[in-house]
Amino acid sequence: METNVFKRPQALTDTPTHYCPGCGHGVAHRLVAEAIDHFGLREHTVGVASAGCSVMMYKYFDVDTIEAAHGRALAVATGIKRTHPELTVFTYQGDGDLASIGLAETMHAANRGEKVCVIFINNAVYGMTGGQMAPTTLLGMKTSTTPTGRSLHREGSPLKMAELLSKLDGVAFCQRVSLHDPDQVYEAREAIFRAFEAQLEGLGFSFVEVLSACGTNMRMKPSDAQKWVANQMCQAYPLGVFKDDEA
Amino acid sequence: MTERCERKTLTMGNIAVAEGAVQAGCRAYFGYPITPQNEIPEYLSARLPEVGGIFLQAESELASINMVLGAASTGTRVMTSSSGPGISLMQEGISFLAGSQLPAVIVNIMRCGPGLGGIKPTQADYFQATRGGGHGDYRTLVFAPGNVQEMFDFTVCAFELADKYRNPVMILADAILGQMREPATLVPEHPPVEYDKSGWILNGAHGRPSRNIRSMYLEGDGQEELNYVLQQKYEQMEEEEPRHEERWTEDADRLVIAFGTSARIASTSIREAREEGIRAGLFRPITLYPYPKKALRALTKHIKKILVVEMNCGQMLEDVLAIVPQGVKVAFHGRPGGGVPTHTDILEKLKEL
Repeated sequence: METNVFKRPQALTDTPTHYCPGCGHGVAHRLVAEAIDHFGLREHTVGVASAGCSVMMYKYFDVDTIEAAHGRALAVATGIKRTHPELTVFTYQGDGDLASIGLAETMHAANRGEKVCVIFINNAVYGMTGGQMAPTTLLGMKTSTTPTGRSLHREGSPLKMAELLSKLDGVAFCQRVSLHDPDQVYEAREAIFRAFEAQLEGLGFSFVEVLSACGTNMRMKPSDAQKWVANQMCQAYPLGVFKDDEA
Repeated sequence: MTERCERKTLTMGNIAVAEGAVQAGCRAYFGYPITPQNEIPEYLSARLPEVGGIFLQAESELASINMVLGAASTGTRVMTSSSGPGISLMQEGISFLAGSQLPAVIVNIMRCGPGLGGIKPTQADYFQATRGGGHGDYRTLVFAPGNVQEMFDFTVCAFELADKYRNPVMILADAILGQMREPATLVPEHPPVEYDKSGWILNGAHGRPSRNIRSMYLEGDGQEELNYVLQQKYEQMEEEEPRHEERWTEDADRLVIAFGTSARIASTSIREAREEGIRAGLFRPITLYPYPKKALRALTKHIKKILVVEMNCGQMLEDVLAIVPQGVKVAFHGRPGGGVPTHTDILEKLKEL
């Protein structure tokens, strides 16, 4: 007798993604969908997409979704959650969206303790526009707009969002995870589950920073891009739980 | 109507807008302080919780308008208000509201720019309001109240039309209208019209397929198709929504065209002109978009001299010039930067026509 032990989560549609080989979006989407399934939220969730490669996440998530202006996902999420607190609301944002153009919205939504989940994909570059410097680009890292490498004195240091947000009273849960190997993916899954649980418990703002590879813009093979995340990104951005009000 | 008259109270224009929103069923407000519209958020911060609504002071106008967009996507009647620089910051979000086909009411109690400008009254945001304002091929329906009662009545109407067209609607008023007090009835003439939103709102895919609200359509001709859908709405607005007021036009041989506070001042000038035997009339557009084109064209069949009066350097003037036929003389009187035309100045211009 055959048993199906691995299937598509109900919260995902049966649609091949447009993401590049080795990109973390597909994995992160699946983990979010698994959390939505786990808590039985597929019919009670609104996802907020942001400008970037994941702007088309409405194709892949089988939940209600809305497309926010660049940087404004957490303002849109605030408008939804405040008027409909019975809904589960998550934003899915890249580093340019959340940590550069949308930094004010991020800090204030967190500080207000908006009861929403943030899935923050940190791949250290602007992916959709072709690999320009992101607020999280590593020092010395070459991008299409830092041809000689990011300089401390010219562009400043990479922003460490998990560390910053964990200092705010409104933040209930804050963890940084990575997707570079199966063990880390499992850790990321646990963190995303915990983030949704914190929202369901009404604890406050929950935030998961996901270190992810953008092999295409790093000009690396997918396998090399994973190694780069493991060796370079995880060093600059330490993994771990920065805040958990429940714990 | 009798009951409405009996229940008049001395009310500030900004308060009339705020209470009009509540009476229209607005249950969420997001905004950021800026003079001369602060009475709106101050009033709603206490009033909305009384009716189970949400008031939230946002960190910026950028956040305000996008909170509005989020609330609108759930079908909640929602409003924001601001002035000058704040309305400029909101333009991206207003474009997203139009492109995403979401209803919302945006109140602009204008302050005189450009730049930071000042808080004196102006009508200098006519172009910004009537041309869309943000990026892309879209329009917002624009109401121009002329007294405190209309600040209330048109706000109620703005919520109805925002829902009817799933499009942002703007209330465009100057600081005089926002700050002055007049007797007004804060009860709607009829219960606000509701529209069925169950076919498009985001409230969780419970017992139905999941939905998406967006303004970007990358595949095929999707973006072009969206634009034609929007244009059809604007054509319907042009057909069904133009509103205006005419006074003293039956026997008039000359016409003042003015909106808002300018129209009030011009009314005084016209009365004075008529005492001197000059047969002047008033044409006051109430919707600035869609502009009451047909009504104005009809008047120019027998009126061949027009004076446009604005608190700017000639913005509505461009619309008037595009509407009236050749052979009609159009003169202009305006003052920018917080200057207010006087009734004697307008009277002089009327005589010169």
